[in-house]
Amino acid sequence: MAVPLTWYLVLSGILFSIGTVGVLINRNALVIFMSIELMLNAVNLAFVTFSRQQNSMDGQIFVFFIMTVAAAEAVVGLAIIIALFRNKATINVDDINIMKW
Amino acid sequence: MLESLLFIIMSLITIACAIGVVFQKNPVYSAVFLIQTMVSLAVLYVLLHAQFVAAVQVMVYAGAIMVIFVFVIMLLNLNKDELEGDRNKMPLQKPAAIILGLILVVMIGILMTRATFSGAEGEYTPEVMDQIGNTQLVGKMLFTKYVLPFEIASILLFAAIVGAIVLAKKQIIKEEK
Repeated sequence: MAVPLTWYLVLSGILFSIGTVGVLINRNALVIFMSIELMLNAVNLAFVTFSRQQNSMDGQIFVFFIMTVAAAEAVVGLAIIIALFRNKATINVDDINIMKW
Repeated sequence: MLESLLFIIMSLITIACAIGVVFQKNPVYSAVFLIQTMVSLAVLYVLLHAQFVAAVQVMVYAGAIMVIFVFVIMLLNLNKDELEGDRNKMPLQKPAAIILGLILVVMIGILMTRATFSGAEGEYTPEVMDQIGNTQLVGKMLFTKYVLPFEIASILLFAAIVGAIVLAKKQIIKEEK
């Protein structure tokens, strides 16, 4: 094993943190969604790394299911964004506060 | 040696593109950076002997999901003010978020380097996997051990399709107004 698997886990942690920062600092709902995808990808990398470490296939199957959920989430989320844009003509999350009372 | 070099190059590209996703003002550029992030992650999956996951990563993530993203960005056709967003309402938000992100990196780094992850070793070493084939193993697992989650995933995708059509349909939005 040329590359220590810890490096992959650290890379996964860095990617997850970048995604978190993206969710926190961006006001554009689309970019927030992309940051969430980034976090999902980081988790996928950790799953594949653990799967490799344990010589098991289960981690890769989990990645398959995470991808399914991510696709479903992206489709529904983007549909919500389109519906919001139709109603309020904005996707800036500062202006979307109809559920805040 | 070559593997380490490839890992270092690819991880640097991944991190740089991930930072690009977060700090770009134009969502189209963010989407392009995200595509590059996903493709370089696919290379890392190949390094980890997960060829099937790498192929699915390129097809589903870099292909399908990012196409939807770019499609929606183009469909909404945002003007410049929309793209930039109002960043001046909370001046401390950005530095605070970056500091919290750095703390998160340090915490995850300590966890990943110090903790020992142990468990039952599986039988699928890279040698076995190369002999049988990664894709064949994934298919076998999906239709034996994980057949119920697999079917539930198909129901989830179906529900997502119906939900997306219902949400984005014009008439229903008008009725709710």
